[in-house]
Amino acid sequence: MNLWLLLAINSITFGGLLFLLSAGFSLIFGLMRIPNLTHGSMFMLGAYVGASMVMTFHLPFWIGAAIAALTVAVFGGLIERLLLRRLAGAEQAQVLVTLGISLIVADFCLMVWTGDPISVATPPGLVGGVRFVDLFFPTYRIAIILIACVIGALLWVLLDRTRLGAMIRAGVDDPQMARVVGIRVSRLFTIVFCLGAALAGFGGIMGAPILSVYPGLDNDMLPLALVVVILGGTGSLLGSLVGSFVIGFIYNYGQALFPELAYFVLFLPMVVVLVLRPQGLFGKQAP
Amino acid sequence: MRVNRRKFLAGTAAIAGAAAFPMPSIAQGAPLKIGLLTVKTGPLAAGGIQMEGGVVTFLKQRNYTIAGRKVDFISADTGGNPAGAKVKAQELIERDQVDLILGPLASFELLAISEYVAEHKIPMLSLAAAEDITQRKPNPYFVRASATSSQAMKPLADYAAKELKLKKVITIVEDFAFGYEQMGGFQQVFEDDGGRVLKKIWTPIVTPDYTPYLAQLSGVDAVIQGFAGSNPVKFMKQYADQGLKYPVLTGETGGDDAELKSFGDEAIGMISACPYTIDFDNETNKRFIADFEKQVGNWPGFYAAGLYVNCQVVEAALKATGGKTTDKTAFVKAMRAAHLTDTPRGPVRFDDKGNVIGNIFIRKIVKENGKLWQKTLKTYTNIGQFWPFDEKKFLAQPVYSRDYPPLKS
Repeated sequence: MNLWLLLAINSITFGGLLFLLSAGFSLIFGLMRIPNLTHGSMFMLGAYVGASMVMTFHLPFWIGAAIAALTVAVFGGLIERLLLRRLAGAEQAQVLVTLGISLIVADFCLMVWTGDPISVATPPGLVGGVRFVDLFFPTYRIAIILIACVIGALLWVLLDRTRLGAMIRAGVDDPQMARVVGIRVSRLFTIVFCLGAALAGFGGIMGAPILSVYPGLDNDMLPLALVVVILGGTGSLLGSLVGSFVIGFIYNYGQALFPELAYFVLFLPMVVVLVLRPQGLFGKQAP
Repeated sequence: MRVNRRKFLAGTAAIAGAAAFPMPSIAQGAPLKIGLLTVKTGPLAAGGIQMEGGVVTFLKQRNYTIAGRKVDFISADTGGNPAGAKVKAQELIERDQVDLILGPLASFELLAISEYVAEHKIPMLSLAAAEDITQRKPNPYFVRASATSSQAMKPLADYAAKELKLKKVITIVEDFAFGYEQMGGFQQVFEDDGGRVLKKIWTPIVTPDYTPYLAQLSGVDAVIQGFAGSNPVKFMKQYADQGLKYPVLTGETGGDDAELKSFGDEAIGMISACPYTIDFDNETNKRFIADFEKQVGNWPGFYAAGLYVNCQVVEAALKATGGKTTDKTAFVKAMRAAHLTDTPRGPVRFDDKGNVIGNIFIRKIVKENGKLWQKTLKTYTNIGQFWPFDEKKFLAQPVYSRDYPPLKS
């Protein structure tokens, strides 16, 4: 009984982390139709930069996290401006370029941070856990759920309730018409890409106290982002949120109940969704 | 990465040398070509960089001359996968015409190239732990100076049962051959000594979150983990975060000295068994640690020490053959006959299948002067790959696997 409850609570926290990871991916893919395979690298880069800030320069965790998110945002902005801009609409080229960049980032991280894993201390104040009946629960994981919810809410407000959000949606639905009415679509896209990158970087440093930071983290996380977004539906914030928690549950219960089939269980729902509802649970029908 | 600076320099030097001395040098004066198959990119790079550091530290100490022969050192990056290992092994053997190969790192790389390398009669000194390469399917050109997968786990089990008086444990390790072999050896010795393995948990190699597995750990005296690469650091962090307090025991990869700087305080108290330990007290080890740290910037762990000892074995064999490597069979025989007394892990000799017999250290992670360090609790001496079993009986049973030995119900 306790095992079940523990798994349930843990599913929710893992879902929170997955949401931080996949929200940016969904944003970029959904709004700009760019299959950004550097997303895992951005997650890893954020984790490494943040880890350096916290562990080497001894900055407070949250300042380190902010620097990590900003650094990755700038990095994302540069990629978008200098490379992806020229490849608008050419999905195959975008896949190859982003895959190439992810390999470059991986070797860059190896050069700078070496191959030794870095363990990031849990931010003070969130160390320890909460005892709930006879279940122990780490405080930091609960904090991640809250942060994921706050970020989800902020993104929703941004996209659905602000002028900027309206402009972004207009730019996506009909870039020509948006330009005609005076919206600078190209700048909007850069903003979206930076935002998506910042979210990935922030997710990286938030995950670091749990996952630690090591070479290969990018490749470990990218498939999870893909599976969440495909399940939830691209471009749908609600889809990412629901997808993250569904995958969180499947991941936890799957590994506990069928450890031999851990990955099969994780990707099975993705296959089912692709067959029955290709646009994802909450995705819009492709135009 | 195909032509690195060292290779480039060696190449230019060779051309310059050829221009200056048109007469071909006699074979005996030719440099000894050592090829290293290591991993410098991708997730396994940490161990691979340690391996290269171990070799370079040794060669620098000898001024790139072993037993009177100049050494040409060629380092190749396999990328940590079997296909890459095959390509690089071919390059080393057919293009660079190396005299011997150090490495590769991982068992699946070793299995991919073992036959090919043996066909070309190239001596190979690896720390990849796949048991059958020195047991049921021996490679006659192979020498392993580190340990088989279970060689350190069996003394660990003995220590757990007899000294720590543990009765019930759960094992947790990655779902691949190295994991099966580690835990198979542990279980067999532990149960012979009166302990019980309640459950063996296998996790995918890529496991971002161990909590679903951690939730299953209960009702035991200790947890035995056998993780490798960056997984031990992640596992120990999540283990502590989950509030688990059972003592943790592990093998050479799970408590590697090279990761002392990566572990957090949650690793304090973890007991590990390893063919090398950083606190081993002799001059050779102290010099090795100091020189390695200067070279690489981290402490050496068992990957680095394994390669360093491999180089010492090559040196001993070269001395025995008078610097000759042309007769490969004789050279391998000389390596296997090597009897080293002064290595960073103490005395080392080999059995007739090329596997090492030497010390296994049981040590504990402690905090000293604000940093994590190892403290040796007990040294098992003269441990071979079959210990404590009889060789014939051991070889008659199947290789350790997911289902062997079976759990007692």
